Amino acid sequence: MRRDANLLVLCVLSVVLLALGGLVSDGAFLSPFNLQSMATQVPEIGLLAIGVMLAMCAGNGGIDLSGIANANMSGVAAGIVAISLFDATEAPALFTLTFALGCMIVGLLAGILNGIIISRFNITPILATLGTQMLFTGVAVVLSDGRSLTIGAPDPLYALGNGVVFGLPISFLIFVAIGIALAAVLRLTPYGMRLMLTGANPKAAVYSGFRGVRIITTTYAISGLLAGIAGIIIAARNVNVKWDYGTSYLLVAILIAVMAGVRPQGGHGRVVNVILAAVVLQLLSSLLNFIGLSNFVRDLAWGILLLCFLAVARFDLINQIAAFAPSRRLPRAAE
Amino acid sequence: MTVVQHMNDPLSDSSGKTAPGRRAPRLFSFLQAHPEAVSLLLLVLICASVAAINPAFLQPSSLIDMGRASVVTGLFALGVFTVLASGGIDVSFPAVGAVAMYGISTLVLNVFPDMPMALIILLCVGVGVLLGAVNGVLVHELRAPALIVTIGTLYVFRGVLLVFVGTVWLMELPPQMVAFGQWSLIDITTSSGVTVSLPVYFLSLPLAGVLTWFVLNRTLMGRAIFAVGGKADVADRLGYNLRAVHVFAFAFAGGLAGMAGAIQASANRMANPFDFAGTEIIVIAAVILGGARITGGTGSVLGTVIGVLLVTVVNNVLVLVGIPSTWQRVVVGAFILLAAAFFVLRDRKTNI
Repeated sequence: MRRDANLLVLCVLSVVLLALGGLVSDGAFLSPFNLQSMATQVPEIGLLAIGVMLAMCAGNGGIDLSGIANANMSGVAAGIVAISLFDATEAPALFTLTFALGCMIVGLLAGILNGIIISRFNITPILATLGTQMLFTGVAVVLSDGRSLTIGAPDPLYALGNGVVFGLPISFLIFVAIGIALAAVLRLTPYGMRLMLTGANPKAAVYSGFRGVRIITTTYAISGLLAGIAGIIIAARNVNVKWDYGTSYLLVAILIAVMAGVRPQGGHGRVVNVILAAVVLQLLSSLLNFIGLSNFVRDLAWGILLLCFLAVARFDLINQIAAFAPSRRLPRAAE
Repeated sequence: MTVVQHMNDPLSDSSGKTAPGRRAPRLFSFLQAHPEAVSLLLLVLICASVAAINPAFLQPSSLIDMGRASVVTGLFALGVFTVLASGGIDVSFPAVGAVAMYGISTLVLNVFPDMPMALIILLCVGVGVLLGAVNGVLVHELRAPALIVTIGTLYVFRGVLLVFVGTVWLMELPPQMVAFGQWSLIDITTSSGVTVSLPVYFLSLPLAGVLTWFVLNRTLMGRAIFAVGGKADVADRLGYNLRAVHVFAFAFAGGLAGMAGAIQASANRMANPFDFAGTEIIVIAAVILGGARITGGTGSVLGTVIGVLLVTVVNNVLVLVGIPSTWQRVVVGAFILLAAAFFVLRDRKTNI
């Protein structure tokens, strides 16, 4: 199997960024508190990025633009249901359970809707998810009347967003666990194999008897479920949910997927890389913050990074540089 | 040739395949050739029902308001339509418009306060063309989906503007820009004594529409744009220069966005660097509702204008008939999905 140069680059990048942060801030960057606070910020955007990755892997111009809209809609809808059913202070556990289940169900249903629109009606993913993005945002606006909805911080929910186990934030652990589970699904199950093959060559997949409709619907359903879980974490971390939360997440999720070496044309992508790319991006963002640069600089950096990684993918720069480096694993043809 | 250009050859290939003489297929094939007819019907229906519920809708003042509101969206939409026809997509135009507007306004205020208005507009268009060309080159060279590339340039353009040019609203624009924004074409005094005027800058929309129509239907470049948008690899083998087509389409869209920026600043008598943020979805929705396929190769200028009017009307009339404005997004989102579903039906029938 080919070495995953992208994985290597991401690992090196995160170490370099950590070292740089430590140097710049005299170690404050590496303090447990700062590391924890960075780790709690990764999951919501990381989950959305995995959703984008799955959609891209499905090929045929696959992309999920409705992720953050779906997360916000899930949070708002489930919040309204949970608030009307239980009192957050009297029955915090039931409240949290209802809210979390509600988020996941709404997210999953929205994802299935995406999948059905794309696979059954054959609508281009860009267009379909653009439409559903507006639809989901619209539903969130209508449900919440355009205001932010206070979920509150009953204990289990608060712990989900801000709690720490063995020094690691719970939300980050959940994110990693979901990532590992999905990576296993993609690598070990027939579904994962078929998804990648469909993305690599949709025509061949049809002639091989793959059920395209089912594969695509499942993929967007998972993406929707992940968005729903992101909605839970957003609510847990912010106490409020609002329809226009995280407007820049759409770009950042795509940026993470492209950084992780997911091919926008489909057929290739690894969950591990997406998780690492999300971590790298968070490190960079916090580093820029530590230096005292404005959010505008950060947005500019995101844009440049996205274009750079597209160029890297286009000209296969990583493997070309790797080819120049001496390596014992390369066969020597001349001798 | 596999180029699909529904605008100039109505009924040509589809009517031969469906049984002649039966009414339903003929209606359907008409709609296949003119998808914008559905949007037009929808537009007329909405206007008629709104006028019935609330006659205030038909007052000249509200019509002129809507005309004014449609100018900027319309200019953006014509650009996006050109890019869509060539098989790409552009979401960076809000940033292009903002950079042109704010950058040139800053330049005029600080360096050449006496610059004539014509030159200001020309400079804005020039900035737009330049940034658009950057988009075109990147999309062509990176071989990545245009959506992802232009999301990147959207952030780069806006980032450069906010980091290096400025973040403060310019409330005092040079007098020639303000005068241009208030230069009136027609003045109408309503019964209540309020004078509303249709500004001269409104003419830029029909002018840009005619220009786009001319470029797409009467020049070789227009032919090439539809060819590349229809099937890029076939067009490549036929000898079309893909790079030139991509750069031209994106530069054209950039130029229109720059002009929209100049008009926005003049009309509002201020330049806000955060302006246009979030307009991309509504503009793309307008173009799609106008019958352009998101995968390229089809569409018409007339359809795009109808799409723009439809979106503008939906944005403005919901309140007039008592539907809370919060529903606006749901309605537009549902329209996009319906339009998309209709086009898929159309393509299926053509392919059989």
